[in-house]
Amino acid sequence: MEIIVNFFEKNGLIVAFVVVGIISYLGFLISKHVLKNKIPGAAVAILLGLIVAYFAGLHTGGSKGIADISILSGMSLLGGSMFRDFAIVSTAMGASFMLIRQTGLAGAISLVLGTTVSFVGGAIIAVFFGYYDAKSIATVGAGACTFIVGPVTGAALQASSEVIALSIATGVVKSIFVTISTPFIAPYIGLNNAHSAMIYGGMMSTTSGVSAGLAATDIKLVPYGALTATFATGMGCLLCPSVFYLILEKIL
Amino acid sequence: MVIYGVSFLGACYILGQLVGEFLAKWIGVKANVGGVGFAMLFLILGHDYFNKRNFFSAEAEKGILFWSQMYIPVIVAMSATQNVVVALDSGLLAILAGVIPVFMCFACIPLLVKLTKSPLNN
Repeated sequence: MEIIVNFFEKNGLIVAFVVVGIISYLGFLISKHVLKNKIPGAAVAILLGLIVAYFAGLHTGGSKGIADISILSGMSLLGGSMFRDFAIVSTAMGASFMLIRQTGLAGAISLVLGTTVSFVGGAIIAVFFGYYDAKSIATVGAGACTFIVGPVTGAALQASSEVIALSIATGVVKSIFVTISTPFIAPYIGLNNAHSAMIYGGMMSTTSGVSAGLAATDIKLVPYGALTATFATGMGCLLCPSVFYLILEKIL
Repeated sequence: MVIYGVSFLGACYILGQLVGEFLAKWIGVKANVGGVGFAMLFLILGHDYFNKRNFFSAEAEKGILFWSQMYIPVIVAMSATQNVVVALDSGLLAILAGVIPVFMCFACIPLLVKLTKSPLNN
């Protein structure tokens, strides 16, 4: 047993290839035979991944989903930000520079609007739950942008660790919710072309949510959405602890 | 050779991420600002440049295409390593603050698409 565990840990990345292949296969099987292709196989596979992560988390009590099971620790390498970003960049091969330039301004507007709307939405909910100091409200609002903006803002404003933890959880909920909801909402908001995908990326902010949500909707849209989303965390880290916080302080 | 494509992709990735790091430092932000976005632009422009000069063989392109086809599997691995438990167990505040702003943002998308599309088409 120990030999097997050691072997799996040492060859983590290869094990991850095998495991992801199995999850994907199950996802496509379920999509085809149970859901009659109503939900794309990629979406089912991503959802299966989340379900597996939930039960693994319950079992191990860790924070890295299935990767906290030691024989599957390689999953955190394959699913980590390095491979994710590398794969996102590669999808740009099929993207059109013309379309990107045409939508450039709209993308920039969506970045500012997305950060603002998320922050305000998160902040209002924080007030509803009884937070009345600008630091805590700003930190929760920042968490509603992405799970990186939350703790960065909280640390900059010296918010309490409880509130920072809350802002991370908010960002994780958002990322998962964007992933799951995008394929269902896409037809209603016209998310089927490069133009709307770039605006969607800026509005949603969360790179992981956007990249997974678009993968489940239409992989051709991934580069456009990811292109703007990748600026959103920086935008949030820039605006939340400074401009937004100061405005909040003035209001209170 | 396939490795040329992979190497080119890697170079774009490194350059783009570095630009993102330095841009962040320059504007005083503790996160990477658009590193992936810059890398994608380098890839699009660089591929176009080399392609016109016949530097890019079909074989080299396979090195990039392989990774773009690995995209969904990587995302599946990413979702399998998310902290789903903390997301579901962290109470109503985190769930509402994570979900409601998303709906607000979804609602803005058709509006923004309309606003920004008309001047371009006319």
